[in-house]
Amino acid sequence: MEKTVRFRARLSDGIANIKLMIFHEMETGYRKDKNSGEIIPQHFIHTVHVDKNNERVLEVHWSRSVSKNPYLNFMVPGAQTGDTITVTWFDNKGFSGDGSVELK
Amino acid sequence: MSLLQSTERREFLRSAFAIVGTLIVTPSHSSDWDQIAYNKTRIVDSIKSVGIDDFSNIVDGSDLIELNTPEIAENGAIVPITIQSQIPQTERIFVFSEKNPQPLVSDYVFSTKVTPYVASRIKMAETSYVHVLVLAEGKFYRTAKEVKVTIGGCGEE
Amino acid sequence: MIFPLHSKRSFLLILLVMFSSACVATPENDRKQYLDIFAQNIPGVPVSEYVHGSMMLSQDAREQFNSIMDFPPFQDSLDRGKTIWHRTFSNGKKLEDCFKNRGENIAGNYPYYDETTERVITFEMAINQCLEINGEMPFNYTDVDTMGALTAYARGLSDGMLMNIQITSPGAREKYEKGKEFYFKRIGQYNLACASCHLTHGGYYFRDELLSPTIGQAVHYPVFRGGERLYTLQMRYQRCMEAVGATPLESGSETLNNLEFFHSYLSNNLPLNSAVYRR
Repeated sequence: MEKTVRFRARLSDGIANIKLMIFHEMETGYRKDKNSGEIIPQHFIHTVHVDKNNERVLEVHWSRSVSKNPYLNFMVPGAQTGDTITVTWFDNKGFSGDGSVELK
Repeated sequence: MSLLQSTERREFLRSAFAIVGTLIVTPSHSSDWDQIAYNKTRIVDSIKSVGIDDFSNIVDGSDLIELNTPEIAENGAIVPITIQSQIPQTERIFVFSEKNPQPLVSDYVFSTKVTPYVASRIKMAETSYVHVLVLAEGKFYRTAKEVKVTIGGCGEE
Repeated sequence: MIFPLHSKRSFLLILLVMFSSACVATPENDRKQYLDIFAQNIPGVPVSEYVHGSMMLSQDAREQFNSIMDFPPFQDSLDRGKTIWHRTFSNGKKLEDCFKNRGENIAGNYPYYDETTERVITFEMAINQCLEINGEMPFNYTDVDTMGALTAYARGLSDGMLMNIQITSPGAREKYEKGKEFYFKRIGQYNLACASCHLTHGGYYFRDELLSPTIGQAVHYPVFRGGERLYTLQMRYQRCMEAVGATPLESGSETLNNLEFFHSYLSNNLPLNSAVYRR
């Protein structure tokens, strides 16, 4: 299964600094195909669920105004080694994906 | 289910005062992706659509919300922004780029288990204000910063 | 096209450089004279900063660069390049077998002059030579998904290496001079040479753009403009040619190879840093 989420997680002094990137076109629906001249339909992630040990801690809503291959950085205080951060994303075409990282 | 069907259904159900699980979207405080808000095309309508009836109720949050944006965005397609709310009980952060075709860019729903901090990269169509609204204990706080957006670099397609 | 009046001094300096018979024009003297020009255009800016090009004078721009480079959006392109680099050919060999040191810390030696074939060989050409020798299909020089992604990764194996272009034979010198000639040649509807913007006015503003000095340019390719559009160095030459209203030469053509040879030499002793964000 293709990995669509990449993490950089750092745990220090009990705070997890989580950086992630989801590889997604985030197509606005305003661009035209160079060859056909047709509008490329919008295709973007609208929702991201962030869970820590299966508990929802952050819900993210995006739009086509978020940059391609969207980046997200957030902080989780009180995190410990062994905690798992899971991210699930959903886009407007009905596709979804996920990824997770175990804190060390 | 397509997003369009969802909208029609929501409108009907709202008017019928019925509740159908998580598909209902009320104008404010719902934690679903708000299709109505995200499709507004004017900044005033976008801000209203996240649950603000009276603009005079918005508190100036410029001392309480740290908003970091570039002064001049190198490329409007990828503008790094950072938001840290110092407001206690921050529940939600909304980000707008005033002159985008749809000004509402993103929103974040915070549990108490995460810091009310977020960094992301947004698209800005042209020079304009980035507005940040923070919802905490039923009150909205606002800060904004102007970001100049130039056309891409020399020789860029 | 209007340039600031105070550029007249630099322009005269260049004329002096080019036509003075009292001055011995060697590649190293060229490089030193161009350093002098930039020292006048952008006094106080260390040469090590030239590699940051149009971001040199703006802390705001550098902060955006640092922020984006902390977690580049073109990571997927680098991953693609890594996969291509590590692929095993049908005959069991790999790309790294064709390069010294398994391809690490070698990119600063390219382009080089090949005495046998009497041609300038770029890193991309060397990759294609390797593919062909091993019975594999060569890549298109301007295909961002193959050669582009591959070099974005493979050049990165030499990050930190100092540019080290060698000109030690009459044949190499001839190619250098040919590259230099094209660099100073006015082309296109705007009738501009590379030198017009990046030597005479390197470090000056043109509209809202800071014109990057020619020294420090060749070390940081391919670039990802806007974080997503990959340009190899020769693809960038092509864009520049289009920008002045000229028909772009082909990537991998002798003229552009000679230009790259000259242009890379000028960045000698500066560290390579591949796959970077540019606006």
